[in-house]
Amino acid sequence: METLREVLYYYSENGWYVWDQFFRQFLMSAYGVLFAAIVGIPIGIFIAHHNRLSPWVLSLANIIQTIPSLAMLAVLMLVMGLGPNTVVFSLFLYSLLPIIKNTYTGIRNVDHALLESGKGMGMTKFQVLRMVELPLSLSVIMAGLRTALIITIGVATIGTFIGAGGLGDIILRGTNASNGTAIILAGAIPTALMAIIADFLMGWLEKKLVPGRKKKKAWGTSAEKIV
Amino acid sequence: MLKFDHVSKIYKKGKRAVDDLTFEIEQGEFIVLIGPSGCGKTTTMKMINRLIEPTEGNIYLNGENILDIDPVKLRRKIGYVIQQIGLFPHMTIEQNISLVPRLLKWPEEKRRERAKSLLTLVDMTPDFLDRFPFELSGGQQQRIGVLRALAADQPLILMDEPFGALDPITRDSLQSEFKKLQQKLGKTIVFVTHDMDEALKLADRIAIMKEGRLIQFDTPDEILRNPANTFVEEFIGKERLAQARPHIQTVDQIMNQAPVAVNGDVSLTDAIKIMKNRRVDTLLVIDEERKLEGYIDVENIDINRKKAKVVSEIVQRDIYAVKTGTLVRDTIRKFLNKGIKYVPVVDDEHHLVGIVTRANLVDVVYDSIWGEGNGVENGVHS
Ligand SMILES: Nc1ncnc2c1ncn2[C@@H]1O[C@H](COP(=O)(O)OP(=O)(O)OP(=O)(O)O)[C@@H](O)[C@H]1O
Ligand SMILES: [Mg+2]
Repeated sequence: METLREVLYYYSENGWYVWDQFFRQFLMSAYGVLFAAIVGIPIGIFIAHHNRLSPWVLSLANIIQTIPSLAMLAVLMLVMGLGPNTVVFSLFLYSLLPIIKNTYTGIRNVDHALLESGKGMGMTKFQVLRMVELPLSLSVIMAGLRTALIITIGVATIGTFIGAGGLGDIILRGTNASNGTAIILAGAIPTALMAIIADFLMGWLEKKLVPGRKKKKAWGTSAEKIV
Repeated sequence: MLKFDHVSKIYKKGKRAVDDLTFEIEQGEFIVLIGPSGCGKTTTMKMINRLIEPTEGNIYLNGENILDIDPVKLRRKIGYVIQQIGLFPHMTIEQNISLVPRLLKWPEEKRRERAKSLLTLVDMTPDFLDRFPFELSGGQQQRIGVLRALAADQPLILMDEPFGALDPITRDSLQSEFKKLQQKLGKTIVFVTHDMDEALKLADRIAIMKEGRLIQFDTPDEILRNPANTFVEEFIGKERLAQARPHIQTVDQIMNQAPVAVNGDVSLTDAIKIMKNRRVDTLLVIDEERKLEGYIDVENIDINRKKAKVVSEIVQRDIYAVKTGTLVRDTIRKFLNKGIKYVPVVDDEHHLVGIVTRANLVDVVYDSIWGEGNGVENGVHS
């Protein structure tokens, strides 16, 4: 109880500061995922269409994923220096795997009969992509973005080590203080909250975007939770 | 309308999936491609809309080589129903039906009108337009699949086993419905199936394929009547051939080959003895060369017993006979119309070769109902 009161006290004293860091961390994650989507979705589509390349690309993305986040930040820092850009770039790298993999899986899982149907009715390649492949794999792609966003929100916390700011700053400050439990919590709680809210919002967005979502069972891709 | 000119498709490893196909299809014809699995039906069909390119030979659509037509434009001119229906699950029925019109950039209004009027063609109400495919029964989905191929009023439609996955009753009614529709709209149709009943029911002409080659390309009647070889016979199936027997058999196949006949110079006494022994009431009369002259029956022997001695004196010459090769179907009609009890069968020179009696016809009808094998013996003359 005591701790909780201390946390609330911290918020009342540093409300704007916490909000600033919250927003900053969210932006870093969002940018990372956004850039990864811009790069990863086309790559996913491309390797889905050129399946021979897929093992190479996917294992590369896999390798990136396995690098410990601190190590990754440290190495990137050597090249890019301190600051939020380095963090965004590392978040970008972490987001690539779920996004590429889900895009690839989603598009690969579109029923072959539907592709042939579309092609046979006179769709161009681009029309097949736009009118058949993307709408039908949208929910899987969205699931990838969702996973990526949640991963990056967590990872962004350590951005504080290279001076990028974010809620990690607060947590770090707590660990340095002599009796910092409340401060640590004051940073950790919003981080967890952000992840939950992001998850919820992405779910909502997905529902909005996928037409006739309740019909998903009827044509459901089994690949929804790939990552 | 559509012409295949020595078309072959050779896959890697030299497999000839389609081997030297040459045929021509007229406007408005309903063509059914049939054959065992893997004989190249789908390949043949997909070459028409260039989903598969032929390795050799040329295909002409209305005189134009399809290889000279942009494939996308070509496909928009040809309706296509794939084996698995292939309705887009994320599109409403309306969007599904009006897909090709949309690709062709028809205005929205016109597309909706078109979709509505198409639905009424298959007795479905416009409130289906806003539903999604999964909300429809299998039969309804297949109807929509067919409508989708009609949407832009394409003159040629390709259908790959469109009624494959349906229960027999639904399939049957869809087939009839579709055949009517086709005749009404005057479409040219290339239809793939492996169901012979379906082929016989729908086709104007059936193309029977085997290992990439065209074995026989004929009307259903002609295929049943004259199967090109034993493969075709087997493929049609004994049962169906038997069923088709009343229609396709000739009198030669069912006649009694040893009709009771006498020469003109046989005495009436002998004639009556023969009748008694063979248990018949009529004798055919032939000359020395076995040419049919007429007949005598027991009544007119009775009447003329006193006056005449030999058969030739009382022979009745106004006899009705049929030529060998006459269809049983036509013969049955005459039996019924003329109320006769038997018909002699003669060859081109009027030689007597057999006789068809009502008993023979009973056999035919019996066989077609109960199958072959348990046939009643021939030769009971009435
Ligand atoms: N892409 C391919 N590569 C190699 N061989 C193929 C290819 N596609 C089809 N074949 C072969 O060509 C032959 C004809 O195939 P096709 O699909 O036309 O058969 P089908 O008559 O439609 O059979 P089914 O009734 O089973 O659908 C088959 O032996 C098949 O194995
Ligand atoms: Mg096939």
